[in-house]
Amino acid sequence: METERTSPQPAGKSPRQPLSRRRLLGGIGAAAALGATGVIPLANHVSAEPEVKASASTGPKRQWAMVIDLRKCEGCTTIDKAPQCVEACNAEHFVPPGQEWLQVFEVEGPGGHPHFLPRLCMQCENAPCTKVCPVGATYHNEEGIVLINHDRCIGCRMCMAACPYGVRRFNWGEPENPPGAALANYSPEYPLPHRKGTVEKCMLCAHRAKDGKIPACASGCPMFAISLADMTEDVATNGKDVFKFSRFLADNSAYRLKEDLGTKPRVWYIPGHGQEYGHHVDDNLIPKEPRSWQEQGMTLDKLEEKHKAEEHPQTEGAK
Amino acid sequence: MNASERQQRLEERVLAPLTGFSQTWFIWTGCLIALSVLGFIAYAYQVRDGLAVTGMGDDVIWGVYISNFVFFSGLSMAGTFISAILRLTGAEWRRPLTRFSELTTVAALSMCALMPAIDMGRPDRLWHLLVYGRLESPLLWDILVIPTYLAASLIYLFLFLIPDSALLRDRTGVRVSGARHRLYSIFGVRWRGLPEQRRRLELGGTIMMLMIIPLGVATHSVVSWIFGLTFRAGWNSTIFAPYFAVGALYSGTAMLITVMFIFRRVYHLEEYLTEKHFQYLAILLAAFGIIYLYFTFAEYLTVTYKLEGGEDLLLGELFFGRYAPLVWFGFFGGQLLPVVIAAIPKTRTIPLLVTVSVLANIGMWIKRFVIVVPSLSLPLMPYAWGVYTPTAAEIFITIASFAGFALLITIFAKLFPIISIWEMTEGWEEEHSAAEVPPAMPPAQLAPQG
Ligand code: SF4
Repeated sequence: METERTSPQPAGKSPRQPLSRRRLLGGIGAAAALGATGVIPLANHVSAEPEVKASASTGPKRQWAMVIDLRKCEGCTTIDKAPQCVEACNAEHFVPPGQEWLQVFEVEGPGGHPHFLPRLCMQCENAPCTKVCPVGATYHNEEGIVLINHDRCIGCRMCMAACPYGVRRFNWGEPENPPGAALANYSPEYPLPHRKGTVEKCMLCAHRAKDGKIPACASGCPMFAISLADMTEDVATNGKDVFKFSRFLADNSAYRLKEDLGTKPRVWYIPGHGQEYGHHVDDNLIPKEPRSWQEQGMTLDKLEEKHKAEEHPQTEGAK
Repeated sequence: MNASERQQRLEERVLAPLTGFSQTWFIWTGCLIALSVLGFIAYAYQVRDGLAVTGMGDDVIWGVYISNFVFFSGLSMAGTFISAILRLTGAEWRRPLTRFSELTTVAALSMCALMPAIDMGRPDRLWHLLVYGRLESPLLWDILVIPTYLAASLIYLFLFLIPDSALLRDRTGVRVSGARHRLYSIFGVRWRGLPEQRRRLELGGTIMMLMIIPLGVATHSVVSWIFGLTFRAGWNSTIFAPYFAVGALYSGTAMLITVMFIFRRVYHLEEYLTEKHFQYLAILLAAFGIIYLYFTFAEYLTVTYKLEGGEDLLLGELFFGRYAPLVWFGFFGGQLLPVVIAAIPKTRTIPLLVTVSVLANIGMWIKRFVIVVPSLSLPLMPYAWGVYTPTAAEIFITIASFAGFALLITIFAKLFPIISIWEMTEGWEEEHSAAEVPPAMPPAQLAPQG
């Protein structure tokens, strides 16, 4: 943010310590400045910084990215639950059962040892899917998120053929929607209700990013393995820690899936096998089946409550 | 036999099937209509319940509809294309072949154009293609090129139908119903065979021929690019456009041999569709088949040698796994055998040729299927292989599309002569004048000495 950069730095801060609170808030919290950083613990400081608020509407656009720290991902086996990221995603989007937008795969790592790999939409910069769509129903928004306009999609599935990550899902029949979804205010950033004959996928919770919240999967991950990053401000957070994004990638040998294809994914992975929580490569971790939104008993009202709770973490804490 | 006798005999032979309906004709047409209706019912179910009634899923997102699409586009290639090339090069033997070749193209292309629409998740939004169409999408290239090719083929077919329609208008006026007479008057567009009219027909025809050849190539290229422009193993190939085009010529020529055989048999046209014509088409079939084998070899050599990405898994499944019976049958029965039979003069007899032509097209359909489905079932991430078995709805719709193809040809053949009478006459006239004044150069012959 322009205003941010020109604003005086507190004395004694060396440039090597870029993650001052202000910078941080400029990055993740600019939209959050509207008071809704939610899971970012620093959110309560936002309101105290009016100049950040002012910068929200100007300056370069945020460019969302993600980094998944596999050293922290152990398939939620430690807490003996199904992958919570998947369940959170299913609940947030009422994802039709059997066509999860986010899946946790077990992958053979170097040496043949398995590790977990949460796979969501890679939000490729050079996205093969957006190129092939005959009607422009799938596209990048200004913040680098690949969205789908379900009012326009004709269901040709060309994008599904093009996606090298198998991310896209199709509503083959009439998908089940939560009661009241018909009245939901549909937008490509929060595609509800689901529609028959159209393609769906993870959209990095564009609706949450707008409110300054990290994606449902990231906030649902009890291990803090998933972080949302803003490449413009070069800052990332998993809801607990805040760090300099590029530095974090470089220091931890981050990689991207099928990098050689040239799709320029915006999701990075830090190699690992859950060692941060004491897991050994030889551990035979068997993850549980994630529950669908129906199985979780999710409704639109409950979702709204959940969102409210995220917006006011301090009141939540006070209870 | 003098010229006018010969002419009269031709007209009698070729026009005979146009009048009178035999019982077999009713049964045949009735069956085709019944099958088409079944397909419509299946499609109605599909519209109501969505593509969930098909065997497709999030892994294998395309199945027999897209296989049919590629297959019919292939069938359509040869007819108009060969007719145009033979006309342009002045090959005399083309004369009795042009009409039904063009007809085959139009019928196949009509079915081909239906397939993507049937495969769409939201057929109600077809109009989005017109309003929001994006030129960057390979699918839109198909949407633009295929109807253009169909329109051009229709114009081409009906352009060269003018003199024959006029003939029907003038000769059969007494025998046919008023509606038919009106039909012939419309398609005959006041043709009276004047030199000026002939000149214009020739000019129009030449323009269409020149347009049709690149359009035919374009059609098969854009069909191939739906696959070739993705990252999928087995599709990610630079060779796809020419590979598909040659495959299309091969499969289309085989279909021409089949259609020619049927018309010859049913309409008793042995006199005009002779052994020689089968021989010539067989040589074309062998030539296209050999090029196709060459492409197949080049394609598989490069991927098998490098084994990049998921290719090893895919090839394993194709050659030794679940798809092996299909692949090997397609290769030996659908490619190698027809080429050998068609290439050796001894085995190039009509019954054998027709058999291998049918085999070639069964093989080509299989080939399309094993291009579309296995590449899609190959997992992109560490999950299980996709499975795909076509459901009843898909099978009924597929059968209906073949029935529709046959039905279009049947109905056309009932309304219009299946051999271009005026072209035959023109050939005889030229022959006649050539006999009087020997030309400086022999007329161009595409066919080798049979
Ligand atoms: S399925 Fe929809 S989003 Fe995908 S390419 Fe076709 S029209 Fe575009």
